[in-house]
Amino acid sequence: MTDAQPVITCQNVWKIFGTDPKAYLEKMPAGHSFDQIREDGYIAGVKDVSIEVAKGEMLVIMGLSGSGKSTLVRCFSRLHDITGGTITVEGQDIMSLSEKELIDLRRNKMGMVFQSFGLLPHRTVLENVAFPLEMRGQDRHQRRERAMEVVKLVGLEGREEYFPRELSGGQQQRVGIARSLAIEPDIWFLDEPFSALDPLIRREMQDEFLRLQAMLGKTIVFITHDFDEALRLADRIAIMKDGAVEQCDTPDQIVLHPATEYVRKFTEDIDKARVVHAHVLIEPGLSGTGDPVDAGATVHAMARILVQDGRDAIPVAKDGKIVGAFSRTAALDLLVGLD
Amino acid sequence: MASTTTNLSSAAAGISRSRLALNLCAIAVVLTALQYMGMLPAALHRLPETMIPPFAIWLDGIFNFLKDDLGLLALTRFLTSGLEWILDATANLFYGQRRWPNIGPIPWTAVAAVAAVVGYYLGGWRLALLAGGTFVWTALIGQWKIAMQTMSVLAVAVPLAFVIGISLGVAAWKFPWVNRTIRPILSVLQTLPFFTYLLPAVIFFKVGPTAGAVATTIYAIPPMILMTTLGLQKVSHEVVEAGHMSGCSRLQLLRHVYLPSARTEILVGVNQVIMLSLAMVVLTAFIGMPGLGAKLLAMMGSFKLGRSFEIGVTIVLVAVTLDRLSKAWVAKQPEHFERGTPWWKRHLMLIVAIGAFVFFCILAQFFELAADIGRKHNFSQGKEMDNLIKDVLALDAVQSTTYAIRYVLNVKVLIPFRDFLLSVPTPALILVITALGLWLGGRRQAVIAALFFSLVALSGWWDRSVITLYSVLSAVALAMAFGLPLGIVASRSEKWSRRVLLACDTAQTFPSFVYLIPAIMLFGITDVAVIFSILIFAMVPLTRYTIEGLRTVPAEMTEAADMSGATRMQKLINVQLPLALPTMAVGFNQAIMFAFFMVIIAAFIGTQDLGQELQRTLAGTDLGKNFVLGICVSLMALTFDQIIMKWANDRKQALGLDQ
Repeated sequence: MTDAQPVITCQNVWKIFGTDPKAYLEKMPAGHSFDQIREDGYIAGVKDVSIEVAKGEMLVIMGLSGSGKSTLVRCFSRLHDITGGTITVEGQDIMSLSEKELIDLRRNKMGMVFQSFGLLPHRTVLENVAFPLEMRGQDRHQRRERAMEVVKLVGLEGREEYFPRELSGGQQQRVGIARSLAIEPDIWFLDEPFSALDPLIRREMQDEFLRLQAMLGKTIVFITHDFDEALRLADRIAIMKDGAVEQCDTPDQIVLHPATEYVRKFTEDIDKARVVHAHVLIEPGLSGTGDPVDAGATVHAMARILVQDGRDAIPVAKDGKIVGAFSRTAALDLLVGLD
Repeated sequence: MASTTTNLSSAAAGISRSRLALNLCAIAVVLTALQYMGMLPAALHRLPETMIPPFAIWLDGIFNFLKDDLGLLALTRFLTSGLEWILDATANLFYGQRRWPNIGPIPWTAVAAVAAVVGYYLGGWRLALLAGGTFVWTALIGQWKIAMQTMSVLAVAVPLAFVIGISLGVAAWKFPWVNRTIRPILSVLQTLPFFTYLLPAVIFFKVGPTAGAVATTIYAIPPMILMTTLGLQKVSHEVVEAGHMSGCSRLQLLRHVYLPSARTEILVGVNQVIMLSLAMVVLTAFIGMPGLGAKLLAMMGSFKLGRSFEIGVTIVLVAVTLDRLSKAWVAKQPEHFERGTPWWKRHLMLIVAIGAFVFFCILAQFFELAADIGRKHNFSQGKEMDNLIKDVLALDAVQSTTYAIRYVLNVKVLIPFRDFLLSVPTPALILVITALGLWLGGRRQAVIAALFFSLVALSGWWDRSVITLYSVLSAVALAMAFGLPLGIVASRSEKWSRRVLLACDTAQTFPSFVYLIPAIMLFGITDVAVIFSILIFAMVPLTRYTIEGLRTVPAEMTEAADMSGATRMQKLINVQLPLALPTMAVGFNQAIMFAFFMVIIAAFIGTQDLGQELQRTLAGTDLGKNFVLGICVSLMALTFDQIIMKWANDRKQALGLDQ
């Protein structure tokens, strides 16, 4: 999953808002905190972030409002120009792109879904979905056909002639998703796509989203302020605070080993047994006997085995091959909530 | 003015604003008292003639340079020929002038039918009835041709103003420097009396429809610019970002994302363009533009009140129709059709409109009456109404009432007030206005007041300006005496608020010229008629904003007052009025702006103010004088605008009412 060259690489990225951010960043002493920068009259939207997104990976950026997560994703797509550092997308430094190259990149490689949908109110569902295709100059017949395909994919068949205001919030976001997929992008940005929806619809849309992702296998950057949502969807989670990334790791690791006090607070109320997988528990030096459990099983899913089994060490198998073993007591501790 | 500036600088030293304002007033009182005792040197009472710079001559010099040396006249004359060609074409279509394309006039039945279909499409049966009915009335009453003369100019001026306005609006939104340059020009343009638009139009664009169209267009542009800019600024970030992420180029972004998303504001701008154009096109009668306005002017001039009234009704009907149709267009949202709806069903209204148009055009070939209602067939009761109105006005009861009002107002109130204002020395009046600016606004507003009114004094038209100011102030004071109680009473019930607001809305769409009709009817050609016409015009915003201010007082506050055991009166005085005051001030400001506008039109009745002089310049080519006079009006209006709006905004902020 993470072997190939990363799709998005960002190194020491800064995004500062203010009157003359470039000059300010240059003369700013290293290690200035968010509050110190604010005292100087600037806002650090993104603060010295280095992160990579691998091909086919789903990176979830999690943070409370104002933590800079939306700003960061807008730097990836260059909706914001960054103040310092470099961002490369598929090996290209996106800050060096001309306007035309940037437009080409967006027309062919990137799709984005917005929190409040960002639909064009004067266009029907179909016309909204076909909009990116129209912008790149595809002919009418072709783009209608392709748009229809995506509309079907998101389950809006029969509504294609409706106007956005005639749809419910969930349906509107389906249009937003369909539009972002119309050009078959390799990289998919989703900026809190489900935050504006009520909880039941949100759950349904998450399932829908996982179904789509299983089918399409895109490289995804997903923004959310909802830790449960992040745990549910992510391959890796980056937790942001005051513009900086506090920790970037797999859900298992974040839950098991929070890097900072801030991250730990998030993990406090989480049922870790539902997050941690068998392969993460593997301890070097242990070797178990008997039937192995699957590497991808959560502690919660293994509950029955953990309680009934008598073995001290339980082997873990990945694709039918034993890759190690974990201690049953350690897993049981997780299950009952003892750290 | 040296004394004012030194006084102002001492404000920084810590004397409170109101104290300083009071001191300024005291100086003004001393100056006036000295004048009454005959001890004031003449130079301090009025600026000596010799000290007045010849602004008019300088301006003439500049205009002549622009006109002849820079070849502006050649350019505008070139534009004129193009505009003339378009106007001829619309004139042919609307009322059959013998010009290319020589296919008009369109039969009145066809126009009325299409109007009705458009009305139905935009707002159902009621609008269909209104739109169709307006044109049927116009034809039946025998005013078709003059109405179409007016419409043919509108049909050119409105699209022109729209295109120019939206382009400038986009430019002002895109480039901050354009915005910075345009803003002050717009605020001057919006307070400049319409006569000042007319003369340059005549000089640069020939007398008649071309000058009328140009003046109308320029007059209608400002709100289009403002609304476009506002709409574009309000487009949601995410929609714009979605456009970017869809790979829009800059042009695509503007064309497919920004402009459609700003649709509502842009259409509100269109509505305002239409209404201002109509108001102006009626007034272009003063430069010989034929049409409804010219007819009204002629009829009022010869005191044919019945016929004036009929034309007034037509103008009002046209105004209300255009207003309602364009507002319905603003509110109209696209509706989807089920998949597989046949082509003709999707465009049903278009087909019906075309069908009706063709049908009536053919019908008109066979039935003369469907094409044109001549003198013999129309239902105009103008002559009878003339006599009726004359008879009613001649009734003893009516005459004694209007005479009494006229006498009391004129002799006891208006004339003494005017004479008093005229007797006040120039510096004293400037000081009082400056003090007002300082007290209500702040130092900036005080400086503006002092500067603007000093310029008016320097222009050499001080007495005329004071008379203008007197008309405005007395009319607005009277309008407040009627408008505020009306607003307060109406705001008590939901039902009456709605009714009165609707009445205000409708009254506001009437071209101002119409307000002269009842004024002349009741009070003849007197000062009272002038004040009366301004009064009803200015009452509209006062009443309207009073109701809006009172109705928008947060419910918790009135409930809190109720629970504190306040009586209705206590609640009104202690809770509702203080909170509504900033909104009411906005209405007051509009009333003053409207009054400045109306007082100039009232020159037609016969005044001795700036408007009269302005009207006189129209006969000649005295551009410099015309501009100086116009700027005087504009400067006075802007002073009040600056002071009142600053106060209203400060107050809103202090009360935490601004969003």
